[in-house]
Amino acid sequence: MTTKPLTQNIKPDGTVCSLEEYLKNGGYEGARKAVKEMEGAAVIQAIKDSNLLGRGGAGFNTGLKWSFVRQDDPNEQRYIIANGDEMEPGTFKDRLLLEGDPHQLIEGMIIAARAINATKGFIFVRWAYKKAHKLIQEALDDAYKAGLLGKNIMGSSFSFDLYLHTSVGRYICGEETALINSLEGKRANPRSKPPFPQVSGLFGKPTIVNNIETYCNLPHIIKYGSIWFKELSKSGEGGTKLYGVSGRVKNPGLWELPLGTTVRELLEVHAGGMLDGYKFRGLLPGGASTDFLVEEHLDTPMDFSSVAKVGSRMGTGTMIVMDDKTCPVAFVHNLIRFFSNESCGWCTPCRDGLPWVEKILTKIEAGEGEEKDIDILKFHTKYLAPGNTFCALAPGAMEPLQSALKYFGEDFERHVKEKRCFYK
Amino acid sequence: MLSEKEIHEIEHEIGLYPVKSAACIEALKIVQEHRGWVSDESVKDIAAILEMTPEDVDGVATFYNMIFRKPVGRNIIFVCNSVTCYMMGYESIYQYMSKKLGITWGQTTSDGRFTLLPNPCLGDCDHAPAMMINKDHYNRIKPEMIDSILEKYQ
Ligand SMILES: Cc1cc2nc3c(=O)[nH]c(=O)nc-3n(C[C@H](O)[C@H](O)[C@H](O)COP(=O)(O)O)c2cc1C
Ligand code: SF4
Ligand code: FES
Repeated sequence: MTTKPLTQNIKPDGTVCSLEEYLKNGGYEGARKAVKEMEGAAVIQAIKDSNLLGRGGAGFNTGLKWSFVRQDDPNEQRYIIANGDEMEPGTFKDRLLLEGDPHQLIEGMIIAARAINATKGFIFVRWAYKKAHKLIQEALDDAYKAGLLGKNIMGSSFSFDLYLHTSVGRYICGEETALINSLEGKRANPRSKPPFPQVSGLFGKPTIVNNIETYCNLPHIIKYGSIWFKELSKSGEGGTKLYGVSGRVKNPGLWELPLGTTVRELLEVHAGGMLDGYKFRGLLPGGASTDFLVEEHLDTPMDFSSVAKVGSRMGTGTMIVMDDKTCPVAFVHNLIRFFSNESCGWCTPCRDGLPWVEKILTKIEAGEGEEKDIDILKFHTKYLAPGNTFCALAPGAMEPLQSALKYFGEDFERHVKEKRCFYK
Repeated sequence: MLSEKEIHEIEHEIGLYPVKSAACIEALKIVQEHRGWVSDESVKDIAAILEMTPEDVDGVATFYNMIFRKPVGRNIIFVCNSVTCYMMGYESIYQYMSKKLGITWGQTTSDGRFTLLPNPCLGDCDHAPAMMINKDHYNRIKPEMIDSILEKYQ
């Protein structure tokens, strides 16, 4: 049994794993078991037991999420959606799964569909992943031809149709209720919750949205069992994780490793440490909307609960490393400009607050900042906190800012005092 | 006026959804695929087919980054301006290109050959700095590589 289930079929030369190859490696056995031998409730229980936590960033227990799906009317249409929006800066993990092994995703979605008795599904892929669009569509066509999708799949009583939707851009499409609006052809504004999608989602029907990597774990859990899955991990959270590192390190990249691998091992062993001439200053552990970790946190295991304990989030598990020659003010400014541009404009604190923060950071970076500007930044980290906005975009934007003010506060103050950026 | 082919493709999409308006994004994509961008006239034509108001269709069209409501060049250059590419030097890529083509962000060359756009993270962060031209990704770009890359797009 493999210790790297997610990437076992991914070829180093970048070519896709075909249906033939996928089947030869034991592919679709998990789906076969789920549709032929298991009740939906048993699938949900197995996934719950595995302690698979959602890989889209929030780390919610996948089986538990599914157990909230309204199933009172067996004939009602239910939907499942794979979230492949992946527009969070610094995040490039789902792309590997989409391009390298599309059948693994399709198989995972069949299992999830079986669990909640959904008969229709959508794979939502961001605009820029053109190669993935082509490969996913080809994989879907092959799966239909082989009777793995469509009516009575694999000769069972279960039918499931799966479609590809290619996005037309906007980070907010990754927020699950905004994504649902986008699939309905609307502006991608998030919806107010409750009701949650499990109760009223796509076209008002019960719906689950999961991340690409989350789905890709499912075939292996069903095939090898929950205990095996849990034991893959170095922590109480089940499975492996696709970890990534980018920035001025010797060997930026993406690796599948046991959940709970330490930040230090990722940075120093897999990413090879900093490039010559650069020193480590800090890193965002899981994409642009997570709080900075610094030197003292390097021995933290990268799993959801351990990273939360040191005041950040594992998020997507793709780290962005900041070196000593990069200005922290400019780094945060770049992130805030992104969040400000991508705000969907639905609620005032985010729509007006983010551009304000962006303006202040522009000022500070240009050497025109005043002492009170730092207070204005701090004010925003409180007023754009969770609970004050419709969705997590604005609070997410505040995470790198508030932690930069905490760990690199001196840099902000020196910009204001010396009236210049001393990194230039 | 939409062409017969456009109308046919839009009607196919309408058939896939429980309500007509759900095909709005797909309809915009279809028109843009055929014409390169979406004009006011096309917005009205789409609205008529989907039984929506032109304002509602425009609300959708203007929301999404990749629906162009102004004409664009034959080739579109998307330079990643997100954080890893910032650290790895996207600004020098932009400056080189801007100077060479004589345009800034959002502009199109006078011969209609290129439009230059900033774009958030392209998912190439481990090979930064990155850009896309039309459907092709380019990684670990240096200014001296740009001339020969642009040559491929006429
Ligand atoms: C602004 C914003 C963007 C998001 N983008 C993504 C994304 O690209 N991919 C993703 O899987 N989840 C994204 N999420 C999280 C989703 O809302 C949702 O929690 C996730 O898809 C659930 O899947 P999981 O339970 O498998 O993690 C985003 C959330 C927010 C607030
Ligand atoms: S927080 Fe921002 S992105 Fe989220 S709903 Fe409000 S305006 Fe839109
Ligand atoms: S930050 Fe440029 S590709 Fe991700």
